Amino acid sequence: MKIPRILVIAAAATLSMLSPAAAQKAAPLPVMASFSILADFVRAVGGERVAVDMLVGPDADAHVFTPAPADARRVAAAKLIVVNGLGFEGWLDRLLKSAGSTAPVVVASAGIKARGNAGAAHDHDHDDDDHDHDHDDDHDHDDDHDHGDTDPHAWQSVANARIYVRNIRDALIAADPAGRAAYEANTRNYLRQLDALDRELRETLARIPAERRHVISTHQAFGYFTEAYGIAFKAPVGVSTEQEASARDVAQLIAQIRREKVPAVFLENISDPRLARRIADETGAKIGGTLYSDALTKADGPAPTYLDMMRHNMRTIAAALAN
Amino acid sequence: MVSMVHDLLIAPFADFAFMRRALIGVTALALGACPIGVFLMLRRMSLVGDAMAHAILPGAAIGFLLSGMSLFAMTAGGLVAGIVVAALAGLVARTTQLREDASLATFYLLSLALGVAIVSMKGTNIDLLHVLFGSVLALDDPTLLLIAINATVTLLVLALIYRPLVMECVDPHFVRSVSGAGAPTHLAFLALVVVNLVSGFHALGTLLAVGIMMLPAAIGRFWASDITGIVVVATVAGIVSGYAGLLLSFHAGMPSGPAVILVAGGFYILSLLFGPVGGLVRQIFPGRHLEA
Repeated sequence: MKIPRILVIAAAATLSMLSPAAAQKAAPLPVMASFSILADFVRAVGGERVAVDMLVGPDADAHVFTPAPADARRVAAAKLIVVNGLGFEGWLDRLLKSAGSTAPVVVASAGIKARGNAGAAHDHDHDDDDHDHDHDDDHDHDDDHDHGDTDPHAWQSVANARIYVRNIRDALIAADPAGRAAYEANTRNYLRQLDALDRELRETLARIPAERRHVISTHQAFGYFTEAYGIAFKAPVGVSTEQEASARDVAQLIAQIRREKVPAVFLENISDPRLARRIADETGAKIGGTLYSDALTKADGPAPTYLDMMRHNMRTIAAALAN
Repeated sequence: MVSMVHDLLIAPFADFAFMRRALIGVTALALGACPIGVFLMLRRMSLVGDAMAHAILPGAAIGFLLSGMSLFAMTAGGLVAGIVVAALAGLVARTTQLREDASLATFYLLSLALGVAIVSMKGTNIDLLHVLFGSVLALDDPTLLLIAINATVTLLVLALIYRPLVMECVDPHFVRSVSGAGAPTHLAFLALVVVNLVSGFHALGTLLAVGIMMLPAAIGRFWASDITGIVVVATVAGIVSGYAGLLLSFHAGMPSGPAVILVAGGFYILSLLFGPVGGLVRQIFPGRHLEA
């Protein structure tokens, strides 16, 4: 399933080496995105002029991804590499080194005000307005393998997605100056769609009564969503799915759900649903459905693009929290 | 004072159903796995448990890939893979000059490589190694039932094959010369090892499942000198480790699977030092106790 795509890219790369002048017109710019959501942004901005590939595909978990040699080959074929940064892709540097890639790496989250990593459920308190994590936003992705101090899930706020898209546009223009007009037009078009999405999110979620605006999910991926849209999320494990829950975390979460009468527990497409089910069972909170946090779905799923993903999450949350 | 003790030792289980389930899970697990661990140890097969735990991984992985987080598929896959590896290893050992440990090593490594290949090529959502980590805090009714059934089957089969098994531990050549019970006993025993590892991986994950099997057995060895005594001590040690490990996880915020095994490790070190049967202190000061 993966192989044809690899072959296509390898073939494209070989062709472009053989006849650089002829290929530049015909072959699209090969871009490698680190995971599915970035790939979707690149596709939106690049349109026909780019051939997007991704390392961590739909429904897969980038926190614990292990690159294979085939991935190194695909990276080596790319002319531009787009990563999230904020410590999300801890495996990236080794991969770039072993792939011997000299392509420019663009950190899509550059310029975003990073949230601190609040850790597991017990020690943080999602006030809707807690902007006090003023960690300097120097996307220090290269020495932060464990999400030590920043929350990488910045795309969960549409305002940040706008920054991602602009960063990607600038990088594409730098890599392929001939496409400037197309990239700028695509970006304008996509930013309009993002604006519409942002308005829709705010309007829909604002209708939820304040006392019902807190929910449980399986891992701490919705910090930026909380800041932007005022729905408080708690989770038994922290921002990386790599952590394992302790009995204390789970007990505190359950006690909190009982105390605050949290109405719903959500599952995520990338993490183990068993613990969230157990918690829902024990507290009487209902399972509100599946949210998509860190990965899109395949084309036939409910969230094949970023716009679909955010709308799906919005509808799922709104449906579960409405009375 | 009483209420403090209550808060510390009992309240976590009284207040939270998931803690009660976890406790029932590890207790049932210990009841089956600890006696098996004792026999593995006495037959000098302590590392076989480890090998078999790796061997069941690809089966569970295939089960997961075929039907998602299905208890039945993952259990069946693990059982099939484990028993195939055990049977092939036994077959090769009996028909060729390769010894059983060597043939087991080859088959479990093949099985493990297959498992890793499947895990890496998976096209699905949840990270498989994470699933195989087990989650003692998320035991649902079917999983608990499975662990309980496995423990019951283990104890019944153990009762049936107890005599030949004990004799084989002591003198395998004697058993072979007086009856043909040696080979079937051995195979039944290996099947029990697989059954308990599959139980264990639902609760603790493939790797830590071996811990609840072997550490209590090693603890038992320092407290009793006859097999029955070792089995009893090991089972009690396993249950107490489970209970104390869950408390540690609850109060100190440690991940629960490792907490259980680390507590068992603590008991092992205490036994190693102070155990009456061959403990280090007893070895260094042998006279003092005799004079008393």
